[in-house]
Amino acid sequence: MSVERKLPGLALTALCVFVGLPGFFAPYDYETQHRETALAPPTRIYFRDRDSRFHLRPIVYRWKLRSGTLHEFEEDRSIAFPLHFLVWGPPYRVAGLIPSRTHLFGLRPGGHIFLLGTDEYGRDVFSRLLYGGRISLFAGLLAAGISVGWGVIAGALAGYYGSWIDETIMRAAELFLAVPWLYLLLSIRAFLPLHLDPSEVFLLLIAVAGSIGWARPARLARGVVLAGRDSEYVLAAKGFGASDFYILRAHILPQAYRVAMTQARLYIPQYITAEIVLSFFGLGVGEPVPSWGNMLGRLQNLFVLESCWWMYSPAIFLVVVLLLFEWLFRSV
Amino acid sequence: MNFLARRALHSLLLLVGASVLTFLLVRLAPGDYFESMRVNPQISNRAIASLRSEYGLDKPSPVLYWHWLKSVVKGEGGFSFVYNTAAVPILWPRVQNTLLLAGCATLLAWIIALPVGTLAAARIGSWTDLLASGTIALLLAVPELVLGLLLLLLAVHVGLPAGGMRSPLPAGTGIWNESKDIVGHMFLPALCLAAGLLPLLLSHVRASMREALQSPFVSAALGFGISFRRVLLRHALPAALNPLISLFGLSLGLLISSSLLVEAIFGWPGLGQLMLQAIASRDVFLVIDSTMLGTAFLIAGNFVADLLLYVSDPRIRVG
Repeated sequence: MSVERKLPGLALTALCVFVGLPGFFAPYDYETQHRETALAPPTRIYFRDRDSRFHLRPIVYRWKLRSGTLHEFEEDRSIAFPLHFLVWGPPYRVAGLIPSRTHLFGLRPGGHIFLLGTDEYGRDVFSRLLYGGRISLFAGLLAAGISVGWGVIAGALAGYYGSWIDETIMRAAELFLAVPWLYLLLSIRAFLPLHLDPSEVFLLLIAVAGSIGWARPARLARGVVLAGRDSEYVLAAKGFGASDFYILRAHILPQAYRVAMTQARLYIPQYITAEIVLSFFGLGVGEPVPSWGNMLGRLQNLFVLESCWWMYSPAIFLVVVLLLFEWLFRSV
Repeated sequence: MNFLARRALHSLLLLVGASVLTFLLVRLAPGDYFESMRVNPQISNRAIASLRSEYGLDKPSPVLYWHWLKSVVKGEGGFSFVYNTAAVPILWPRVQNTLLLAGCATLLAWIIALPVGTLAAARIGSWTDLLASGTIALLLAVPELVLGLLLLLLAVHVGLPAGGMRSPLPAGTGIWNESKDIVGHMFLPALCLAAGLLPLLLSHVRASMREALQSPFVSAALGFGISFRRVLLRHALPAALNPLISLFGLSLGLLISSSLLVEAIFGWPGLGQLMLQAIASRDVFLVIDSTMLGTAFLIAGNFVADLLLYVSDPRIRVG
């Protein structure tokens, strides 16, 4: 395997580690507000101090409002804050269980570091991006996995047993394919409470994905199973007394691997985007819990849209993630 | 006529099935419009219960479905609690706006995809081909939401209208100026929708043109000394058109149902925007009707494709 083929997988794994351990990599909590520096641009990192002396340890300065303006910031050069690594900071839990206070980087009290600027409430966009990616990425991945899994199982049953089982499953699949998925998702969403917890959004997405998305993979898997069912090696296995389950698992389903892969390739971006669209319209993950969708929703404010480029960072990360997935699946 | 009648019946059955499905899913979920009134302490539980029974929401799902079906046949489509009238008069202007936007976007996407895809297939490896594959890869990776936001940013910078469908013009501006105004508002949302459809169209046009160009009759025609241009346009293109015709119907349906997002970003007063408002106010029947309309458009798109195929391909008419 060449480096080029390993790269997307490695990059995605790294991203999952970042997003899976947001507390460690993020300097702040996702809801800590710094009202006096709302909508501040990213903090600049210097290796030379005021007197142009070189330091190996990077230096940052605080933002302060330029006097007489509302949204223009300048650096307060009077105090330099050196960047420290593996510091003691706000408490968090690793994987929701183990309490910890160690952060990858931070400043001594009084200093602020916003790698990707702040939002309207002065919350650190970089920290929120990491915390938000947890829901956006994992919900999409899990939903895609579940719908493809269901689909392959349903398609295998339909193709292998035939007769009325086939008829029922395929008619149902046709029905689910006829309804546009975004409308179905929204109409189910319509009758849940207006404010949802992240865990509820998670469950909603997975349930909806599992119930809607199974139809297309089921159709394709059925075709594969139909082709394999009457082959001679299956007949031979039957003659040796193999059970239906064994034949499906060992002889037929491995052939559906390609189908499952192509469907996952289509579904992963679709479901990651689904969460983002829901939250963008304020129907998904509710404030103050971040998700890439509700962070992008801030751009509906024209001032933010026009003059705060760092607020686009969830969009940039989203595009990068989608490109990486596309690359990964192309090399599989 | 046999083929068409069969397809029409199939579409109708699918539509009825989809409505049952939507109803089931919506009714399975807890809560309704009147349920959200409980937050208000001035409304007693008994008042809510009587309201629910007045509008029939306390009835079991099959009865409610039957009532809804009857009112659809009557041309009312259920009752909107928020607007306090039948649903169809509210839906109809929105549907027209959505159709206008989606129709123009489909047209735009095909106008771009057909010549570019044909050229890319005719000269494999040329800059047109590279441009086409580059565009496909790029547009696939940028979701419509992000593209819409970028176009909105562009609109704010360039000074194009960035929201709604028309500007408040004085009365008697004349039909010409009014349509010019609407086209100005429609440009960006239509561009965004067309961009979402473009990768699918481009790759299909290119693939089917390539296949046609590799078939023996093209080599024969070239062997007879017919110019490449004429072979491309008069021989290969008609042969490649068949799968594209079914794609055309499909793309129309797809676009109408995917315009929801774009409408909401650009504030286009269409069906999608109405549905999002209806969700926020838990207006049951408006949500169900919007979903059904989206489904109906998708199915109608497929049916149109069948119809076009029936007209253009004699093999289907005979067989």
